[in-house]
Amino acid sequence: MEKYGLTISLGILLGTLDRLYMLRSDYRQYPGYPHGFVTHVSLGFIASALGAVAIPAIVEKQFAAVTFLALAAQQFRDIREMERKSLAALEEAELIKRGHDYIEGIARVFEARNFLVMLTSLATSATMFFFGMPLLSLIVGIFFILLSERLMRGRVIGHICDVDAGRLHFKGPLLMVEQIDIMNVGLPVMREKILQDGLGIIVKPKNDNARATIHNMGQRQAIAHVAATILGSKKDVDTPEFTPLVRKDVDNGQIALFIVPAEKDIESLIAAVERVPVLESAGRAPLKSKAGRIASD
Amino acid sequence: MRGEELIAVVTIDDTYIKGDIPIFFAKTEEEQARVAQTLAKIMQAMVHDLGNGVYVIVKH
Repeated sequence: MEKYGLTISLGILLGTLDRLYMLRSDYRQYPGYPHGFVTHVSLGFIASALGAVAIPAIVEKQFAAVTFLALAAQQFRDIREMERKSLAALEEAELIKRGHDYIEGIARVFEARNFLVMLTSLATSATMFFFGMPLLSLIVGIFFILLSERLMRGRVIGHICDVDAGRLHFKGPLLMVEQIDIMNVGLPVMREKILQDGLGIIVKPKNDNARATIHNMGQRQAIAHVAATILGSKKDVDTPEFTPLVRKDVDNGQIALFIVPAEKDIESLIAAVERVPVLESAGRAPLKSKAGRIASD
Repeated sequence: MRGEELIAVVTIDDTYIKGDIPIFFAKTEEEQARVAQTLAKIMQAMVHDLGNGVYVIVKH
């Protein structure tokens, strides 16, 4: 054990640091409450321990130990399950839902982070084992920490679409953002209030792939949720008129967001929508098929 | 998506609406809007305007 002491402990250290570093960028997806924090750091610690012992185990011809890695993968799938369940339970209390797709996306991220932690600690301990230089292995570890942050950074709506302000107006009782119908609002007082306090956004897809992606209802719900999280919403249980809604122009695939925010600031709203993550489960790429390219012109 | 439910109708003109749903009559447009708003608040539902002077209250 002693001769691998530094190898293993450096691996565990860097792996756990990696998990901590990735937790830092979490607040948007998850309110960072202390218990969730402890859970994820502990699991990150276990993941990094597994990564760190892999090489010493092989060297010692402890092949059984390597099969534990497979067990670990199973463990981390449970993390996804855990996150999915708790977010789905919390969803009940959300006035503006995250939606299943967003929850699934967050749960997958939490799972994937543990694999990145394993990779970081594996790389660190491997460097230490083969070169015997603690400083070099620290540098490799830090490189992998930065790499994992880079890998976890997905695309956002601003990459695939142009986001512009849209004019809110009524056609009779029908609320519209530019040319896109949102909903029928019956009460004159509510119409006045919406015109006074509401905001509209038009999201224009840059190509057919983007159009197919924002066509997904889960993606659209995520846009409404993020906008309402950042700007607040005047919706309450008895004012369904103020529900943020995202609707599509059937002809050109543009989508419109309507929201009655607590903070009426169009610049902030545009920035918020541009930063909505493109959900893994919503991503579509028809242009990657030959049939899709034929239709694109 | 969950199903929508038509809870009630508020109207001034009774020629447009018949059937097996709660129908509330009002004398003026102001009264109609007020009744519809009160009902919607109570039922946590939304008021829609059919465009022919009939308000429907729908739970989404």
